[in-house]
Amino acid sequence: MAKKSKSAWEGFSLKPRKEMPEGLWLACPACKQMLFSKTVDKNMNVCPKCEHHFRVSARTRIEQLVDEGSFEELLPNLTSTDPLNFAWKGAKYADRIEKLGDNEAMIAGKAFIRGRGIMLAVMNFDCLGGSMGMVVGEKFCCAADQAIEESLPLIVVSCSGGARMHEGVVSLGQMAKTSAALAKYDDAGGFFISLLTDPTTGGVTASFAMLGDIIIAEPKALIGFAGPRTIYQTIKIELPEGFQRSEFLMEHGFVDMIVQRKDLRHEISRLIDYCEKK
Amino acid sequence: MVENKITPDIRQYLPFEDKLAVLDRQLEQLKLEAQKGVRGISAQMRELQITLTSELMKIYDNLDPWQTVQVSRHPQRPLLWDYLNSLVKDMRQLHGDRLFGDDCAIVTALGQIGREKVMIVGQNKGRETKEKIDCNFGCPNPEGYRKALAKMKLAEKYNLPIVTFIDTPGAYPGIGAEERGQAEAIARNLMEMSRLKVPIICIVIGEGGSGGALGIGVGDRLAILQHAYFSVISPEGCAGILWHDGSKANLAAEALKLTSSELLKLGLVDSVIQEPLGGAHRNQHDVIHNVEQYIVSTLRQLKRVKIDDLVEKRYIKLRNIGCSYQAAVDVRKPKTTVIPDKVSAKAQLKKVKATEEQPV
Repeated sequence: MAKKSKSAWEGFSLKPRKEMPEGLWLACPACKQMLFSKTVDKNMNVCPKCEHHFRVSARTRIEQLVDEGSFEELLPNLTSTDPLNFAWKGAKYADRIEKLGDNEAMIAGKAFIRGRGIMLAVMNFDCLGGSMGMVVGEKFCCAADQAIEESLPLIVVSCSGGARMHEGVVSLGQMAKTSAALAKYDDAGGFFISLLTDPTTGGVTASFAMLGDIIIAEPKALIGFAGPRTIYQTIKIELPEGFQRSEFLMEHGFVDMIVQRKDLRHEISRLIDYCEKK
Repeated sequence: MVENKITPDIRQYLPFEDKLAVLDRQLEQLKLEAQKGVRGISAQMRELQITLTSELMKIYDNLDPWQTVQVSRHPQRPLLWDYLNSLVKDMRQLHGDRLFGDDCAIVTALGQIGREKVMIVGQNKGRETKEKIDCNFGCPNPEGYRKALAKMKLAEKYNLPIVTFIDTPGAYPGIGAEERGQAEAIARNLMEMSRLKVPIICIVIGEGGSGGALGIGVGDRLAILQHAYFSVISPEGCAGILWHDGSKANLAAEALKLTSSELLKLGLVDSVIQEPLGGAHRNQHDVIHNVEQYIVSTLRQLKRVKIDDLVEKRYIKLRNIGCSYQAAVDVRKPKTTVIPDKVSAKAQLKKVKATEEQPV
């Protein structure tokens, strides 16, 4: 009887209140501060307290990076065809592709940054961990080809777990394919900025992400070849603090500069001015 | 009894070869008896030999993918040095990447195969325990990849074709490797190998594990031994991620389509080099001979093509990985997807062919 009377009293109900929409508040994973999600959105998905950079989807990234309304998408509806008929535990890769629709792991297109024309390719972590399959490879190469043709600088925002194992060696081949396209772009004298965001690992790091003429990283992004878990499993040694973070890479000479998200537009446009084809 | 001493290399058997082990032992017994002078067992021996051969055929013609992986990791499978010792004449090994150090997991050497002087780049797993540890069990560090690139550039300078032997479970995932830029080293190799102005032949002789294998695996021709594998991730790794259980590697191996015949069907390798019955570890001589034949004949083919055309063809080949399947995409969504003209593989190849034929 006591239980009943407690639930009848509405003062301290543990059930979520009806008028509170979901996702209004979020906790910063770095400083554990509760943040109002609109403030975070306004602050370019960066924690206002500790400057933790949240992961953003490709579309948001494009919005944040380019001049408003200037983005023209390239090959928007390209989807994978599941060359291996990959299936695991009753799940099918083909079904996953169906669900993805237009939301593939890379979005490429032409855009302007502060009035400077660029070719932009952005990886999308929401799609199977931003993994590189045939679609990413193809979009990347088309972007590079287009950039050669129109002599535009190429900017690629990497955010990926690596090669997509559901496509087997086809996805491994994309590493060679994208690198070959970059070699062509390089021969044509193109200017390639690689922007590394959290996380960039595996096959993507070991191909185009590390081949930038200039490599920029966002603060404290995880960047590496093997993931921390793989390394731990192999060598069984506790990994040092800050291992494989942007600052670590800069210290070891693999990143040119670390740039806050709010400064990206300015920095990139300035770099383009310096390295423009004359 | 001198003749009873055990031979130094006792054959090791994989879990699915139990029957073979029994038959081999019987045959050995009979041979010993024959040596002792017991008469009338040659017919018995012949019969046993026939059963053994048919059993071998039964097993090795129907290897499933996981068994193939096991064969490719067989402790007695010929390794890089077995090939180099009997394939290459007058070899001069070159060391060091001029930046950090020398990595034993990648061997670079000048040598002569057939009548051709070549640059050899190969991954070495090591046979003895000490050698294995020195080579990180065939997992190269960044300095290995940088060494390979430096030597390949040297080969380009003096117009020597490059032959690479791939045999690695993957690039080494260690703290030092990350500090020295494993990813950058592999990426740089992929980019440079795609435009080196000499013919490049890549052969997977054992394990072709992920980026570590691809790091020296970009070239004009990619061949794979019959029982070798080439995969984007090790079957154990894939099972760990998708099945949350590393022991489901057999299922992962099946799903990944990593065997030579599947890869050939997908058009991801150019040719499969046959292994003798029962795998390379049962008859080293034959497999090495087959590899030599392949290298010699392919080099002859590649040398006939003008080098600029060859590099362009290599680019088109790389550029079309995954393209042939995308044709199906267009059918499904016909309205918006348009792949530009110059991407289409067939058109480009046709053009190349046309230009080749004209001057003659």
